[in-house]
Amino acid sequence: MDMLLEALFSILTLKGLVTILCGVTAGLFIGALPGLTATMALAVLLPFTFTMSPLQGLIALGAVYMGAIYGGAFTAILINTPGTPSSIATTFDGYPMARQGRAYEALAAATIASVVGGIIGVTFLLLLAPPLARLAVVFGPAEMFWVALLGLTLVASLSSGSLLKGLLGGCIGMLLSTVGVSPIGGETRFIFGIPALQGGIELIVALIGLFVIPELISMAAQGRGALPESGKLQGGAGSAIMRMGRHIFGKPVNLIRSCIIGQLIAIIPGAGGNVTSLVAYNEARRFSKDPSSFGKGNVDGVIASESSNNVMVAGSMVPLLTLGIPGAPPDAIILGVLLMHGLRPGLDLFTETGVLTNGFILSMGFASMFLLPVGLLGGRLIHRVVVKTPFYFLLPSIAMVTILGTYALRNSMTDVFIMLLLGSVGYFLRLIGIQAAPIVLGMILGVIAEKGYVQTMLTAVVDPVPWLRLFANPLSIVLACLVALSVATTLLPGWLERSGRMAKVDPDEEKPS
Amino acid sequence: MTLATTRWVGSLTLMAALGMPGVAFAEYPEQPITYTIPFDPGGESDVTARFQEPHLEEILGVDVNVNHRPGGGGAVGWSEFQNNAEPTGYEMIGVNIPHIIAQPIMREDAGYETDNWKIVTFFHTTPNALIVPKDSQFETLDELVQYAKENPQAVTLGGSGTFSANHLGALRLEREADIDVTYIPFTGTGPLPAAIQGGHVSGIFNYSMLGVQMQDNARVLAVASEERVPALPDVPTFKELGYDIVGGAYRGVAVPKGTPDEIVNTLEEAFAETNERIAEKQEPLGFVMTDITDGEVDEVIQQLKTAYQPILEEAKANQ
Repeated sequence: MDMLLEALFSILTLKGLVTILCGVTAGLFIGALPGLTATMALAVLLPFTFTMSPLQGLIALGAVYMGAIYGGAFTAILINTPGTPSSIATTFDGYPMARQGRAYEALAAATIASVVGGIIGVTFLLLLAPPLARLAVVFGPAEMFWVALLGLTLVASLSSGSLLKGLLGGCIGMLLSTVGVSPIGGETRFIFGIPALQGGIELIVALIGLFVIPELISMAAQGRGALPESGKLQGGAGSAIMRMGRHIFGKPVNLIRSCIIGQLIAIIPGAGGNVTSLVAYNEARRFSKDPSSFGKGNVDGVIASESSNNVMVAGSMVPLLTLGIPGAPPDAIILGVLLMHGLRPGLDLFTETGVLTNGFILSMGFASMFLLPVGLLGGRLIHRVVVKTPFYFLLPSIAMVTILGTYALRNSMTDVFIMLLLGSVGYFLRLIGIQAAPIVLGMILGVIAEKGYVQTMLTAVVDPVPWLRLFANPLSIVLACLVALSVATTLLPGWLERSGRMAKVDPDEEKPS
Repeated sequence: MTLATTRWVGSLTLMAALGMPGVAFAEYPEQPITYTIPFDPGGESDVTARFQEPHLEEILGVDVNVNHRPGGGGAVGWSEFQNNAEPTGYEMIGVNIPHIIAQPIMREDAGYETDNWKIVTFFHTTPNALIVPKDSQFETLDELVQYAKENPQAVTLGGSGTFSANHLGALRLEREADIDVTYIPFTGTGPLPAAIQGGHVSGIFNYSMLGVQMQDNARVLAVASEERVPALPDVPTFKELGYDIVGGAYRGVAVPKGTPDEIVNTLEEAFAETNERIAEKQEPLGFVMTDITDGEVDEVIQQLKTAYQPILEEAKANQ
């Protein structure tokens, strides 16, 4: 406790607070730009932290991380473009809300959810780090395979309407994920003799292409902006915030569930924030009284997605600080900083250098609180820009930012071409009802499933029946059952309805004849 | 925002360099230098470049812009560099062994060649280390080898990548000790601590750095360096234990072929000086600082090619 207080005082300095404020603001804008991810934001900041004290450096990194993950929500809601992969699920309901003139409500909900998520993540980290960390290492290759399959069953709920088209999208995504050097084995696949394709199709490149370009094309085709100009706020911004606050805290089940999901997935190494928000969204929908309203502007979808991905920021520090396992890509950079300052992950971090570690953790809590003023002000600003700019200026500007962002990601023109190609194909796929979300989900999870499966098979090379290794321990059996259950709950209602209707309809039809 | 600016400055530099073919090199360097890392930010190569950046800037008196061109385990950046970079001394790229040896052998379309540039220096190595969980039944390397002899393929060794430094290290151990183990590739060093602490593999073949990092919850059986690693003074080398395995990753920097010698020398000196300054920070992490230049570079590459070629060719034939 003393340590915690000491840590608190160590960050409650003008320098500390200004660092957090600047970090959150910078992170927010970087996160809002498609192509500039949290990982890159941290990488750019890295050299500057060398000149700072270890604590100040970590505070800056934590604040930028928190801001960037939250910033992704802005573009997700306002122009249907996830600024970071972790805000994919925010687009599902955020953008429809914005189209209905409720953009500010969506932004307010996202902000409040992010703040609460961030603080809950920090609380988990402070109180439960050691026991949660033990959970992190039980996820071996076989478990990861099942986690990925479980994730793939989300395709069912992401494919609004036709399950078949959703599955088709998922398969396209998995196929795209195989381009390049295979994660295990190192063979080059589908590169058609082009060395640049060895790098494969970067997730974010596909994300930008599949989400932004089709949206831009349809905006241009219809001669409209991203948002209706009549989007006047009912009763002003203040009341939108109050209303959302009442909605969120009035029925906190959704928020609590999303935060717990966010924390659990954050500690699974390799799954990370890209998956958390999708799973939380899916569960929010599954448990909702009115699942059909999801995808059409239900604010609960935004809340689930944004709270869970901000829990992930501090949540993924659990395996990082205790075991040195980076849960999400940006964590690798924070690990580098810790090592550089001679801080080895482990229990020492919480005892010997406890003041520093707790200061870092607490600063992330402050960073999430700072999201509220910074986010609401920044949100108003960006919202006004998007609404007020005529579409013939807005469209080319978004297109340009998109192309620059894609290029900057890996300094690659190839990526820009891939992005434009996927975008054009994505537009036509969307016209025939194949959405971007299942494709992206397939890309994310295809790789995880492949790695898990191949690694399991390799470890089982001495077993008489290698694939039994997939069911070799209790956790993988539980996960396999969850996969079966999830498939069943998706297919059964439709099947029952059909067979039920057949039973009812058939006699009816026979009567007149 | 800073990011975009840096990149624009980078490309401006490039344009400036291209636009002035007749510039005299007497005063090199007089413009910012682009230092490309063909890997994602956050890895060992990137972290090292970030360490070097301020010192290089101070020594050379110009800006050094680190940027990333990841993909294909480095191959995307390297092929682009060999095809496009100008020999002006204002473009350099990080190079790694064994990647630049293994990829052109294993892939038909890697897009670059092992020798088609001028390697300025290899500034450090990270020797392979064999690490087992703390509660492992293997107390020493001999015990592991003995067990592997009696139970072919039953010992599973994780590592970073396929035909990478780690994989080649494991393959050399198999040859040297005449055993048959199962190598499980993971993507990068990140997932390895979990693999070892969760007991998903019997051990891992990774770099000395991870051995240092995991001192508390793992046991390092041996390191693949000529002499003991300063940060792990109690860990024997494979050589001490009777296995002739020296290897790991060598990291360095290359400029395009045809870059004037004076420029290469200037860069060599700058990197050597930088190395001295950052050694104090890097050595405790498990890096082994080196200053391999000129003829020695070819020697190292030749030596490792001889060691790896038969292993790689055999693996390729089996694919």
